[in-house]
Amino acid sequence: MEIIMSILAGFLFTVGLYLILTKNLIRIIIGSSVLSHGAHLLLLTMAGLKTGAPPLLGLNADTYVDPLPQALILTAIVISFGVTSFILVLGYRTYKVTGAAETDQLRGTDTDE
Amino acid sequence: MKYNDVILQTVTKFISFLIFLFAIYIFFNGHQEPGGGFIGGLMTSAALVLLLLAFDMETVRRAMPIDYKTMIAIGLVFGVGTGVGSFFFSTPFLSQTFGYFHFPVLGELELTTTLAFDLGVYLTVVGATMTIIQTIGEDK
Amino acid sequence: MSNWLILPVLIPLIAGIVALFFPKRVTAQRIWAFITSLILIGVNVFLLTYILANGIMTLELGGWEAPFGIVLVGDSLAVLLTTTTSLVTLPIIYFSFSTIGVGREKYYYYSFIQFLIAGVSGAFLTGDIFNLFVCFEVLLLASYALIGHGSTKTQLKESFNYVIVNVVSSAFFVIGVAYLYAVTGTLNMAQLSQRVSETGAEPIITVIAILFLIVFGLKGALFPLYFWLPGSYSVPPTAIGAIFAALLTKVGIYSIFRTYSIIFNEDTAVTHTILLVLSAVTMIIGVIGAIAYRDVKLILVYNVIVAVGFILFGVASLNSDAFVGAIYYLLHDIVIKAALFLIIGALITAAGTSKLSGMGGIIKHHPLLTWMFFISALALAGVPPLGGFPGKLMLVVGGAEAGHYIVVAVMMIASLLVLFSVIRIFLQGFLGEPKLTHAEQHGSIKAQMPPIVFLVALSVFMGIGAEVMYPFVESAAQTLINPQAYIEAVLGGEA
Repeated sequence: MEIIMSILAGFLFTVGLYLILTKNLIRIIIGSSVLSHGAHLLLLTMAGLKTGAPPLLGLNADTYVDPLPQALILTAIVISFGVTSFILVLGYRTYKVTGAAETDQLRGTDTDE
Repeated sequence: MKYNDVILQTVTKFISFLIFLFAIYIFFNGHQEPGGGFIGGLMTSAALVLLLLAFDMETVRRAMPIDYKTMIAIGLVFGVGTGVGSFFFSTPFLSQTFGYFHFPVLGELELTTTLAFDLGVYLTVVGATMTIIQTIGEDK
Repeated sequence: MSNWLILPVLIPLIAGIVALFFPKRVTAQRIWAFITSLILIGVNVFLLTYILANGIMTLELGGWEAPFGIVLVGDSLAVLLTTTTSLVTLPIIYFSFSTIGVGREKYYYYSFIQFLIAGVSGAFLTGDIFNLFVCFEVLLLASYALIGHGSTKTQLKESFNYVIVNVVSSAFFVIGVAYLYAVTGTLNMAQLSQRVSETGAEPIITVIAILFLIVFGLKGALFPLYFWLPGSYSVPPTAIGAIFAALLTKVGIYSIFRTYSIIFNEDTAVTHTILLVLSAVTMIIGVIGAIAYRDVKLILVYNVIVAVGFILFGVASLNSDAFVGAIYYLLHDIVIKAALFLIIGALITAAGTSKLSGMGGIIKHHPLLTWMFFISALALAGVPPLGGFPGKLMLVVGGAEAGHYIVVAVMMIASLLVLFSVIRIFLQGFLGEPKLTHAEQHGSIKAQMPPIVFLVALSVFMGIGAEVMYPFVESAAQTLINPQAYIEAVLGGEA
């Protein structure tokens, strides 16, 4: 199971990197979010995918899974939610102010030299 | 521009309240069971976004004149405030405590200080999400 | 008492939150920001003296015990850095009053600055790798907001690059944390230090060490990963540039400091050699940039990169003298970079341009600014008895002790060229033919002088008062060389 998940994480990384390397701002933003999700999946996988009940007090199970990676991943997801929504607004502002939806229109500086 | 979206508007009037209710249920369900401020907040903002889609921005703003930026600030005050409380009880920062209280109608319930923290998270998430959506949605 | 340790994070956080409530009252915003940063300095100085007297202080958040919960560790290195941070924040906030513009002030400028400081202090104090990640994200989010603040065209262009680069590096940070947790089963720095020294020089640990070097190298602008820095530090207003140059790269450097001294200290033949080579190349690249550019802002920005090389050379040398030197240089660099950026900000206001070719004869109307620049230029290059000297001296001694003579030579040459790059600003910009008559002067810089004088005085004190500073720095270096005290303070006596 860990192998499959690792491959999936790698796949998400590939997709994310491919999207980040394209020119379109929206694709770059989606790519960055896919990339973070690949990292989160890896975090969950690396801690070991054990069989056990969810770490909740209400369940009276014999074994529980390790709660720490889940706490970490939750934090990481919330952070990437915040960052992604920020980049969306930033990308939108960039488009509004510069009129550029692609990165090659953003190249160079406006200073006169 | 005039769209004829009677179906969406009628359904939204009904559905959005269901989503609100479920969001509140999820919010109080947190701490011991899956749920809590973050997804409760996201769900509430989903209901608000549905309202924004069905009606236009002005109508929603007239119905609910809330300044979402201030909402973020209030949420943060709740979040940090629960931590600061530990200074007065000389326990480590962010310590939590709980107790059982008797409510009319509802009966015996467990209340924790984490609930205040979660309320902070809830308000911050709703405030932040709605600020972003309004910023992008405002100018055509 | 141990709750006090959260205050360097909590005060700016609360200050930022409260400021959210009255964004349009600019005067109130200014007064509030100024008062809270004064309080922050007081608390930090108190903590510093307390820790020097009573040893390392720890705070287990929420009462969860050390290896399981998140722990804050106040050793002298961490608190020295938070103190310096607060000392630099105050003048930068004062400088913002007259330079940043009311439009920006109304859009939560001071709140973002405060959140940034909270993140920086948190990153210095934390004793948990994942918490370090969280603090990084806090300060990065604040910096994203600041770098694009005001939404001018060039700012938006550069901020998009900056954000994407940092998102990718954060993803790598999460991956590094994942591997580390898989291999060692803990994320507490003290316990990591123990577990890694038990397993010894396993190749997988070395791989993780390199992964973290990439992550922190990206944040700290180490050689192949510095490419985002010149653009993004030079486009925002100088007050923001100053706080970035003073603090942001330093957090990355600090993290390398921590992880490479107390955790990844087994397979030094690989990890520290790579660090050594990279630091040398960073110095060379930085100095080339500093000499090549004719724009005063860019000259300074490349000097930030040179300093990264200097400090990490101390980490790579891995002995107590080099650590003392590196810490001393790190502290002084925070102060002097802030000072230089503020001076350049005043200079650009006075000259109306950031191009060297467009300015000249500033000394005629602004003699005080000129001499302040002269002093800080010498301090930057490490001319005795000014602030940069003790750090550089100890770095050279430590480097020679470790036998890295070539890099020491590179460092000496780089220092000379750094001096050349800033003295050129002095000669062309401040001396030379006046390009503007008095009537054409672009604005008064009187209100900008007090913070500059304060920072330069602080830098001079760090040089002349090196005797006073030494015990603090010495004890900071000791905790890095000998992590046992750190481990015991965090995990209790059984270690």
